[in-house]
Amino acid sequence: MDVSPATLRHFADLFHARTGQELAAGRRWRIETALRPLLRNHRIDSLDRLAGAVAGGGDTALADAVVDALLNNETSFFRDGATFRQLEERLFATFAAARAQSRRLRIWCAGCSTGQEAYSVAMMIAATPDRWEGWRIELTGTDLSGRAIAQARDGVYSPFEIQRGLPIRDMMRWFEPDGENWRAKADLRARVTFSPHNLLDPPPAGLRADIILCRNVMLYLAPDRRRHLFASLASVLADDGVLMLGAGETVLGQSDLFVPDTTMRGIYRRA
Amino acid sequence: MKTCLVVDDSKVIRKVARHILETLHFNVEEACDGREALTRCTAAAPDVVLLDWNMPVMSGMEFLRALGTSGVSRRPKVVFCTTESGVAHIRAAIDAGADEYVMKPFDRETLQSKLSLVGMA
Ligand SMILES: C[S@@+](CC[C@H](N)C(=O)[O-])C[C@H]1O[C@@H](n2cnc3c(N)ncnc32)[C@H](O)[C@@H]1O
Ligand SMILES: [Mg+2]
Repeated sequence: MDVSPATLRHFADLFHARTGQELAAGRRWRIETALRPLLRNHRIDSLDRLAGAVAGGGDTALADAVVDALLNNETSFFRDGATFRQLEERLFATFAAARAQSRRLRIWCAGCSTGQEAYSVAMMIAATPDRWEGWRIELTGTDLSGRAIAQARDGVYSPFEIQRGLPIRDMMRWFEPDGENWRAKADLRARVTFSPHNLLDPPPAGLRADIILCRNVMLYLAPDRRRHLFASLASVLADDGVLMLGAGETVLGQSDLFVPDTTMRGIYRRA
Repeated sequence: MKTCLVVDDSKVIRKVARHILETLHFNVEEACDGREALTRCTAAAPDVVLLDWNMPVMSGMEFLRALGTSGVSRRPKVVFCTTESGVAHIRAAIDAGADEYVMKPFDRETLQSKLSLVGMA
């Protein structure tokens, strides 16, 4: 497919403005692959035409769809197992003690993609029902991608998705067949609230958190956007709250609002 | 280096699995039915068995049951790998002692993920 450099730059600019992410010049070929289904669905015959249609804020729904198609939604259940399991092995016990009075725990999965991360947290919570007897656990997943949020809410996963990181016993306990796919059972879905949200915007109204998971999101952001996002996460995190980043992400040199926990990898506390 | 015994009556599946497992740094052995797999396990137990369900001579399920009473010194981890993806089959496999379960078709990431769940990758 013939596409002009100006068009590619146009999509890269749109993507950067909306998400804070740079589409590196060397990766712009991805644009074509990623947008091809969109062209087909909207019966547009070239990327240049598509660029024309979204230019100057013309068709905002179409622009949203372009941005959505360019996002990398890669995720899996219990991703980065060892770091992630620190939640159930150490952090949940700490918060169960620290919040014994209010019996309220608020967890935010910021950039939750198609929901696997939030459902994994929910399954870990559900594994110790006695600990949380009578508690109000508020588990919120947000993502910029409307497509990802719709899938997360449905809780429907392909055979490939359901077999990434999810132990077979958990699959049997928490999911049921849905044609070729597997769907989170209603009692798992009821444990998580998903909503669309752009992390470049102020945090969702009224949201406060004891634990924030923001994993494999920062790494895509330009440095100034990262700083901005750390500040915004800090603004909703409880004083004794924790932030979990993805493997290979850090606050070091990015923000002085957080410091690494001295005993747990990938865990950060408010400075 | 860990050893994985691939048990499947399909030569194509064995070849695909072998290729993926070798990229995951496994030493790979093959058997084309449960009987042959059992013989191999008694001779030298692998670390993990990737096990088809439907095979001539001896099925995966029969192999799994026989493995339990075979007196192999070190029981390998058993990961079913089958087109049977109904809950009844999966439940039966777990009840019979399977450690993990792969629903075919699989790709590299599926195998890697399931092997890591049984502590092998
Ligand atoms: C690679 S996925 C990681 C998902 C999950 N947290 C994990 O670690 O498996 C990154 C997610 O961040 C989302 N994302 C990227 N930029 C965003 C933004 N500005 N606001 C909200 N979500 C964003 C993407 O849509 C994508 O779903
Ligand atoms: Mg077969």
